[in-house]
Amino acid sequence: MSGHSTYQPKTGFTRWLDTRLPILRLGHDSFIDYPTPRNLNYWYTFGAILSVMLVVQLISGIVLAMHYTPTATEAFASVEHIMRDVNYGWLIRYVHANGASMFFIAVYIHMLKSLYYGSYKAPREVLWILGCVIYLLMMATAFMGYVLPWGQMSFHGAVVITNLLGAFPIVGETITTMLWGGYAVDNPTLQRFFSLHYLFPFMIAGVVALHIWALHVTGQNNPTGVDPKSKADTLPFTPYATVKDGFGIALFMIMYAFFVFYLPNALGHADNYIPANPLVTPAHIVPEWYFLPFYAILRAVPDKLLGVIAMFASIGVLFVLPWLDRSKVRSMRYRPMAKLYFLVFVVVCVILGFCGAKLPDDQVIPGLQTISLGGSDLNSWVWLSRVATLYYFAYFVVILPVLGLIEKPLPVPDTIATPALSHPAAAPAEAVAAPEQKG
Amino acid sequence: MADTAADSATHTGGDPSRRDFIHIAAIAAAGGGALAALWPFVAQMNPSADTLALASVEFDLTKVEPGQQVTINWRGKPLFVRNRTPAEIDRAVKDDNAPLPDPQADAERHKPGKPQWLVLVGSCTHLGCVPTFGGGDYGGWFCPCHGSHYDTSGRIRKGPAPTNLVVPEYEFLSDTTVKIG
Amino acid sequence: MLRKLSLIAAALVLVAGGPALAAGGAKHPENISYSFDGPFGKFDQAQLQRGFKVYREVCAACHGINLLSFRNLGDRGGPFYDPHYPNANDNPYVKAIAAEYQIADIDSETGDAIQRPGTSADRFPSPFPNEAAARGANGGAMPPDLSVMAKARHGGPAYIASLLSGYVTPPAGLEVPPGQYYNPYMAGDVSSAWTGDHDHVPPGGFIAMPPQLAPGKVTFDDGTPSTIEQQAKDVSAFLMWAAEPKLEDRKQMGFAVMIYLILFTALLYWSYRRVWRGQSH
Repeated sequence: MSGHSTYQPKTGFTRWLDTRLPILRLGHDSFIDYPTPRNLNYWYTFGAILSVMLVVQLISGIVLAMHYTPTATEAFASVEHIMRDVNYGWLIRYVHANGASMFFIAVYIHMLKSLYYGSYKAPREVLWILGCVIYLLMMATAFMGYVLPWGQMSFHGAVVITNLLGAFPIVGETITTMLWGGYAVDNPTLQRFFSLHYLFPFMIAGVVALHIWALHVTGQNNPTGVDPKSKADTLPFTPYATVKDGFGIALFMIMYAFFVFYLPNALGHADNYIPANPLVTPAHIVPEWYFLPFYAILRAVPDKLLGVIAMFASIGVLFVLPWLDRSKVRSMRYRPMAKLYFLVFVVVCVILGFCGAKLPDDQVIPGLQTISLGGSDLNSWVWLSRVATLYYFAYFVVILPVLGLIEKPLPVPDTIATPALSHPAAAPAEAVAAPEQKG
Repeated sequence: MADTAADSATHTGGDPSRRDFIHIAAIAAAGGGALAALWPFVAQMNPSADTLALASVEFDLTKVEPGQQVTINWRGKPLFVRNRTPAEIDRAVKDDNAPLPDPQADAERHKPGKPQWLVLVGSCTHLGCVPTFGGGDYGGWFCPCHGSHYDTSGRIRKGPAPTNLVVPEYEFLSDTTVKIG
Repeated sequence: MLRKLSLIAAALVLVAGGPALAAGGAKHPENISYSFDGPFGKFDQAQLQRGFKVYREVCAACHGINLLSFRNLGDRGGPFYDPHYPNANDNPYVKAIAAEYQIADIDSETGDAIQRPGTSADRFPSPFPNEAAARGANGGAMPPDLSVMAKARHGGPAYIASLLSGYVTPPAGLEVPPGQYYNPYMAGDVSSAWTGDHDHVPPGGFIAMPPQLAPGKVTFDDGTPSTIEQQAKDVSAFLMWAAEPKLEDRKQMGFAVMIYLILFTALLYWSYRRVWRGQSH
């Protein structure tokens, strides 16, 4: 949207500032007068929700860092000091810990929205890739953040994940040793994770700025996938999108507050309230819920290195998605076959999440006769993970490319504002959510 | 991309630029909520409960002989507890009406009926160095950093310090125990 | 139709995912209701006092609670809170309790290691000076610190109470290793020590702690009958308070915040409808 700016500075000061640093103009053009498609639904409020969550995490994190001690001997006790002695420390800690989960809930919905409406397609490929970069940075940040309380899960989760990187030939051991700062996860590891955990969110903020810039160059996608053609198709961002985003944010805050105040430890793991002990491994090491699908993919592959590669590839495949899905139609609203496969994809992601939380050799349906295949019972979580992982990759690498060639899409409306065609028969179902949470 | 210059004419329905009560209420509620949410982030910078727990210290006076001074750590700063001799007390009272940079009677600087007990924050009011007893021209404390002289009541007599040595809030829990802070 | 199918599929997955037994095949903790349960839960001060007595007289011999300070006992919501002493450091009960403990310190005049009576600012001292001493006195097992125990176990305080009151004679055919005790609520797997029918392995696991509670072992000053169940429930409530002293603050603030957010959301929705009135979506 590089159309001409409509900003008119009214006062002497704003005129003076405008000729030296047109920041108010930028704000006006980006968030006040910015033409927004009028048909955006509530799935589209998650971008604003994510921005709010980033600010919440940044502020709560910086404040926590005033009281946290990043050494192996003091970390656990310093977190308890925050919970007990620091004024409102308990609140800020729970805000930050649950905020991470909320951040991921929002990002998964945001990503699924983009998958469904084809927001990764031309000309928004760079926008999508920047989003994938943000997601990777979020995962790294969250992983390092979880290590900081130095509980049993913090410590042993760090052991597992850093050991994974040792699977890479030649460079693996060097990478692991440099990450550890020693021969095992210990104090040096914790200290550098703290430093990087403080750094990465600012990198995320920078990439978010690029992400919003890229968005504003191409303009927003919308549920029809059809570009705005005239002024009738859009509305100025303020007040229309502002107030809708505000409402979406408020609803999200209700869910967030419910977790913070009434279920503050529900999304965590009890074992993380046990101080880290390198000599005792918890019975059941599980990452935080938002990593469970990737954990399932990792364990689905029997080979250590291939498992690591599969795990990274499951995110890597997202980066090249714009070139895998060749369909000329953007929005799956008009792609009934793709819509079906997409729904299965969402269910598969949820299944992968469950698999990641279970012991691989436990039975899925208890009590059934064991049928062994490839060293494991067919009725086991590891086999379910394998099937689900197969679909996960097949969706991107096989299904979407093939559908792009053979699918017969529904007629796409000419414009956003054309009322008759912009709501096909499935319209009321737009409001009914398919299970959107990944994991 | 559509040009949206001067777009307001195409809006149908309610004119959003009219300041509806509901919008003012929503914005006001948002502002109020934001301020309320901000408060914990500001309050957390106040001293935490464990710091406050060490804010008071109880001290047993039986350990301090007349003419002796004990320095204890109170709130991270030195605290002088001095058992003054009658000579020191007299000297302090005699100078009550002398020209003092920070005029104060000796009686105001100790608890009634207990002139021998002087409790002072051992931090020079100039820039915070710790004065030593027995130096200086007035029989009291002397700060080596920039040459401030205090008398036997801890009042500034000569030198760059602007005010007398601070008498903290304290009370006698008994004749032999004092609680400071 | 599609959406219905996918919702059913999701529901099936959820059902399949639920575990039939608690982790490690242990018995599910008993259904114990506490005064602090629910969105308006509060600690029962009398219960906390009884629980503290159980901790002091039974548990503190082996288990430290060293993230807790004496002054916390006098904090709002705590066992000895007194509105006349908003600053818990001044609370006479707290000071008296603290003074009953000997705290390791250094003599400020000679530099010698000494033991001095505690003050309210001190932390609860550990019963052992270090881990090696703790293990030595307990057959190689380390009695864990109890400061956050109520949050460190699945099932929380109900699990702790069930465990403490749940010791039973091991069923015939269970070979209990020396130095261990059988408890059906303890996480673990006893199949390797079970010589009986492998389709009916007893639930639970082995714990290095012998049964500690006995009827009447702790006399409660308020006259409450001192059964094992009562002792277990009270000490688990005390441990929940020790793990989460700000629980009451949290729930009270939560109520205010939820009310505000619901009203604010309604206001915003109204505002949104007003702004968008007449606009087609």
